[in-house]
Amino acid sequence: MTASPVVAERRRETRRVRVVSLILLALVVALFALSLSYGSFQISLPDIVRSLLGQPTPPQVDYIVHTLRLPRAVVAVLVGLAFGLAGAIFQQLVRNPLASPDVIGVTAGASSAAVLAIAILSVSSLTASAMALGGALLTSALVYVLSWRQGVGGYRLVLVGIGVGAALASVTSFLLTRADVRTAQDSLIWLVGSLNGRTWDQVKPLSVAMLILVPAALILRRAVAGLQLGDDVAKGLGMNVERNRLALLVVGVCLAGVATAAAGPVAFVAFMSSPIAVRLIGTGRPTLLPAGLIGAVVVLAADFIGAHLVGGTPYPAGVITGVVGAPYLLWLLATANRTGRGG
Amino acid sequence: MPAPSTLQAEGLSLGYGDRRVVTDLTLEIPRGKVTVIVGPNACGKSTFLRGLARLLPPSAGAVLLDGKSIHAAPSREVALKLGILPQGPIAPDGITVTDLVSRGRHPHQGMFRRWTADDDNAVAAALSATGTLELAARGVDELSGGQRQRVWIAMALAQRTGILLLDEPTTYLDVTHQVEVLDLLVDLNEAEGATVVMVLHELNLAARYADHLIVMKSGAVVTAGEPSAVLTESVVEEVFSMRCRVVPDPVSRTPMIVPIGRHRSGDAR
Amino acid sequence: MPDTRVRRTAALSTGLVVSAAALAAAALLSLTVGAQHIPFGTVMDALFHPNPDNGQHLIITESRIPRTVVGLLAGAALGLAGAVIQAVTRNPLADPGILGVNAGAALFVVFGISVLGISSLTGYVWLGFAGAAVASVVVYTIGSLGRGGATPVKVALAGAAMSAALTSLTTAVLLTDVATFDQFRFWQVGSLAGRGMDIALQGLPFVAVGIVIALASTRSLNALALGDDVAASLGQNVATARVIAAIAVVLLCGTATAMAGPIGFVGLVVPHVARMITGPDHRWLLPYSMLFAPLLLLLADVLGRVIANPGEVQVGIVTAVIGAPIFVALARRKRLAEL
Repeated sequence: MTASPVVAERRRETRRVRVVSLILLALVVALFALSLSYGSFQISLPDIVRSLLGQPTPPQVDYIVHTLRLPRAVVAVLVGLAFGLAGAIFQQLVRNPLASPDVIGVTAGASSAAVLAIAILSVSSLTASAMALGGALLTSALVYVLSWRQGVGGYRLVLVGIGVGAALASVTSFLLTRADVRTAQDSLIWLVGSLNGRTWDQVKPLSVAMLILVPAALILRRAVAGLQLGDDVAKGLGMNVERNRLALLVVGVCLAGVATAAAGPVAFVAFMSSPIAVRLIGTGRPTLLPAGLIGAVVVLAADFIGAHLVGGTPYPAGVITGVVGAPYLLWLLATANRTGRGG
Repeated sequence: MPAPSTLQAEGLSLGYGDRRVVTDLTLEIPRGKVTVIVGPNACGKSTFLRGLARLLPPSAGAVLLDGKSIHAAPSREVALKLGILPQGPIAPDGITVTDLVSRGRHPHQGMFRRWTADDDNAVAAALSATGTLELAARGVDELSGGQRQRVWIAMALAQRTGILLLDEPTTYLDVTHQVEVLDLLVDLNEAEGATVVMVLHELNLAARYADHLIVMKSGAVVTAGEPSAVLTESVVEEVFSMRCRVVPDPVSRTPMIVPIGRHRSGDAR
Repeated sequence: MPDTRVRRTAALSTGLVVSAAALAAAALLSLTVGAQHIPFGTVMDALFHPNPDNGQHLIITESRIPRTVVGLLAGAALGLAGAVIQAVTRNPLADPGILGVNAGAALFVVFGISVLGISSLTGYVWLGFAGAAVASVVVYTIGSLGRGGATPVKVALAGAAMSAALTSLTTAVLLTDVATFDQFRFWQVGSLAGRGMDIALQGLPFVAVGIVIALASTRSLNALALGDDVAASLGQNVATARVIAAIAVVLLCGTATAMAGPIGFVGLVVPHVARMITGPDHRWLLPYSMLFAPLLLLLADVLGRVIANPGEVQVGIVTAVIGAPIFVALARRKRLAEL
């Protein structure tokens, strides 16, 4: 008997994943170049390349590229990648498109901690980032422990996360009333997610974390493929379900945590990256890397639009992703309902 | 496919939280045979199957696979010997038939062992055994109920285990597809010598397709053995609290249960 | 068993009377406790023979009485709305906050402050009300598209998505407008402080109509609780019943949010506590929820005044801190996990 239909189909699916990933990668590179070159001071592409390679360039170019635009663009790529991966991990793990880190309390914990740091304790931005990361990890641990009951059922995790997140949101609003209105508004910018004024200080810890977390996420891709089939089937296939789920949750939470610490909870990126990736790939395979690339595209584009394309006042990236992401999400829901997949 | 391992329950008790569902059960699953577990609702038959498949840890006793406790063995090694298809599994949105069945190869792959021609052949064999090879490129969402169930069975077959456990593989299927699925499982048993254990609702189909029948009530085994020896009028009355006649099935000569109700039951009342 | 039924009715009626008495006591407590210590005798005096020249009397009549009345109205509205939402969506975790009603009210309030320049609470009331109504209609419409109509999961998902969407729009406005943000952040926590009698009087008719509609629909809610198909076969017009219930919810939630700002968890938790006493019969569940919720709200408000004296912790924070653990406990229940 011949295995050719199977081989052909597997090849088709693999090719599709590769083609989509390559196109997305090209988009990331293009947007990255655009955000280095465009601004109140235009820099030509050859000049950017020369500056990046350390060759002589016109005055000011080195400063603008290396100090102002490059760290910001790198943070955008890494943060987008992290949110996209984190969203894909959570959504495919819990088998629910709603289960992104911004819904199940992870970013709510980071937000409360950050507002406490910025508005009440008035600490430096780096300390605030560290506290945000701590808040994310602590909240996730709390949600995990509270949803443990002979294992962590998917729905229970989501519901407990929503509850904890709602309580933390009201803690955040409380903290906002306790601060001076200017500092409170600073924390508001952080709360919506912004890349404004990011420097190498943010890039370094973020890239170290990503060097560990991205490979970890890709190694765990196989576990995602098993857990997508449900706990019983996954166990039957010889998988240690609880251990794999915990590992995936830790990686997902850390990804969401470091991204939030670097740029704030950029609204909807984690939420929408994976559904878009699933649509582009269209075969039900776990879509971690494509989702991460979509996240990078979204954050780069949102930052660019917010900074240059919406009139006088520059808007933080999170406002753009929120305004674009929200209708997309509602549309996704409406179509999902109409085709009877909404649950 | 490896020769089927032995599978036994010893003093096995199972439950959820404080609630005991199966109590002190000791029995051996016959190797290379088709075993069917029957019993009224909530008798613990699905729980017992989940216990046999190590999906549920025992509160007392043990399940022995090749004489060793199944819970002590590494889960992946168990998955090379024993496959389980739970009741009503749900496929991820948009997944294709090939992709779903390929995931049955999970225990054969390691962190570093990549996909090989062997894996392709196992998947193709599973698809053709279940008559779903021509569906290879289709999405699972688009299939009919019977096709979908055959694809899930193909996933379990791709695992290539000597023992296959199935929890109500015929639920939600119409009678044509029920017979089709059961025929398929007997094919597998006859062609490959695999041990098949399944929970079934339909007594007459159970009696026809089982080599070995286990009858359960309230978490305990009432009787077990060849269907013709086990399914008597008194056993059915005791287990299902229903009076009946047992006559030979005109097609298969296996026992056939004919219920006696309060109405339209002629002289039997 | 007619006998046990009579006895049950008697017990539940007695329970209602006891709850009403407890609520009255809580209201008195809310009048008595505050930043400035005022003896109980003076409180009673101010209540029955108010003297506008007496400073302590003025605190009672101008600050504490309106605040308590707003608490009573908002509480009753939230409790009833929660019970009705949970019945209609058959979702034990449904809550005005989760269904996007609060977020809708918030966006409209911000719009009012920022664009229309409204600066009084009296002005917010109408905007909050409109926002809550628009959000619930949109959530309900999206949630009921497709097969099976407005199933619990679809409505809850639509509500959560809607909340997220509206919140990011709200933030976008606030970022560029410090003055608006300064007003909004105090409304946003949910508080009874600083509410005058005019707010209570504006809210009263809406809450009253909402209460009447909700209490009149108890029988259809009982039918809906069995599922749409069974309800229809029992002769209930399912669509009509849902629309009527939705109108009650919008009136009640919208007004409560407009009066006191978004207050979470009360509408969620109270019906569950009431259900432990009454069982699933909405003819009892609704009146009990209507009494328990203001009881909880007033006690939480008093607690907020006591723990941070001479300042205060807003009631919305206190209810969140009390409510979140109960929400988590509910979510841990086995049956819920299979929602």
